[in-house]
Amino acid sequence: MKREEYLILTNNPLVLEKLGGTHKIVCRETSYEGILREVRDKIHEGHLLLSHPLSGSVKPNETPYKSVMISEERGAVDLRSLEIIENAIGACGKFEFRAGRYGEKVRKDFQLIDLTLLESGIASADA
Amino acid sequence: MRLEMGHIYIKDIQFASESKIEDGILYVSEEAVKAVALDDEKIKSVSFDIAKPGESVRITPVKDVIEPRVKVEGRGGIFPGVIAKVDTVGEGKTYALKGMAVVTAGKIVGFQEGIIDMTGPGADYTPFSKTLNLVMVCEPIDDIKQHDYEKAVRFAGFRVATYIGELARNLTPDETKVYETCTIKEGFEKYPDLPRVGYVQMLQSQGLLHDTYVYGVDAKRIVPTILSPTEIMDGAIVSGNCVSACDKNPTYVHLNNPVVHDLFEEHGKTINFVCQIITNENVYLADKQRSSDWTAKLCKMLDLDGVIVSQEGFGNPDTDLIMNCKKIEAEGVKTVIITDEYAGRDGKSQSLADADAAADAVVTGGNANQVIILPKLDKVIGTLDYVTKIAGASEETLREDGSLEVELQVLTGATNETGFNKLSAR
Repeated sequence: MKREEYLILTNNPLVLEKLGGTHKIVCRETSYEGILREVRDKIHEGHLLLSHPLSGSVKPNETPYKSVMISEERGAVDLRSLEIIENAIGACGKFEFRAGRYGEKVRKDFQLIDLTLLESGIASADA
Repeated sequence: MRLEMGHIYIKDIQFASESKIEDGILYVSEEAVKAVALDDEKIKSVSFDIAKPGESVRITPVKDVIEPRVKVEGRGGIFPGVIAKVDTVGEGKTYALKGMAVVTAGKIVGFQEGIIDMTGPGADYTPFSKTLNLVMVCEPIDDIKQHDYEKAVRFAGFRVATYIGELARNLTPDETKVYETCTIKEGFEKYPDLPRVGYVQMLQSQGLLHDTYVYGVDAKRIVPTILSPTEIMDGAIVSGNCVSACDKNPTYVHLNNPVVHDLFEEHGKTINFVCQIITNENVYLADKQRSSDWTAKLCKMLDLDGVIVSQEGFGNPDTDLIMNCKKIEAEGVKTVIITDEYAGRDGKSQSLADADAAADAVVTGGNANQVIILPKLDKVIGTLDYVTKIAGASEETLREDGSLEVELQVLTGATNETGFNKLSAR
């Protein structure tokens, strides 16, 4: 897949810093769940989900950061994409919110983990 | 393939001037194991400690747990492609030091997870409270990158475990077990009336702190393939995965995978245990589709009647699990899946992030959100600095009396998805 064929939705400033010059990125100042809701809106507009929204074993609300890949192109609404994103949003409610309480170093570590999870998806897309 | 596993029972570990095993006691030269651990410029210092079952000791943050082994006959060596040279393992003779483990600890990231309590209610949930643990805490050089630190600690653990395993090379095992698999044709001829059963093992494979290695290859880069189940007993699969302490598979679990061992128990009696199929759990959805397509295809090509599928980790692997289950069932092969649950603290939420009607035989490792109070223990190996930040904890975790209010997910191996844990239904 060509780089211009996918979009990255993220709230992770490190993703914007590292990949902003080479990839199409939509960066928002929102929560983990906020990014998932934005991805859901995009799926309703006909974009395809390309990477799993619950990538990583770091839990929703434990990490404040999330990056998700979707197709640039729009088609008919993909029901499997919709099912996965709805289940992912549902999973957010099971974990206590504490992502707002971290110091700078822990936030940076969470940003790095989110970046490496995303990069493993990008490596597959670009292969 | 035929593998003889010699078990050498370790009754005690003591520091001594010389490393040796005598009368079931492991004597460890601290100087010698430090030299082995420090054989990497990325590690600045290392400290060793011993934690025994029943002691008032808490080990955290745990990275990996490893059982020392040594290959005494046959091809290859322990941890092929990682410590030993690449060669196909799983046949010949291997000795394992039972009742003990090498535990690696280190604060790789600021939310590093994993607690092993050697006594109290926490000890009831982690299988590694029952082993004599040689614990190594590695400090990296200054300004090291997290990737390099993770790799350095991973390799240091394998080096030390290999060094300890070598001490058993010339001993006589206390017990020997033989594991033997047939070729496809032999299996059909030998067990014409037994159901052909396989084991599909899903390996965590997503990025930093979420990786698994097969013969040294990053599992993200594999397509599903077939192993003789004896290969894992020589360390063909190792863990680089240290997020989600409760349901990751430490290397110890790969070496002692209970699904493999239980299937061998029934092999030739009630089933024909044909093979192990390994697959991955990648982030990219097309990878998930390819891997689950291939897993189902392999089950069909091998003419399996049934498979057990085990998952590793939380969240997106639920999708791989369900895709595997659905596609394998669609090929006419029956499935039993093993998972764990994140059902909320009250147990009322949906347990998995995916589901399908084909998943009608499910074994659970328990609810990782279940709350547990861990009393203050006398000694901490590692650090409690991060304990309020790890998954399943909160700012209120550290209570005034020094006890911890946490979810089961903080405990290493508490809800393991191969069944290598202590939880069961009443």
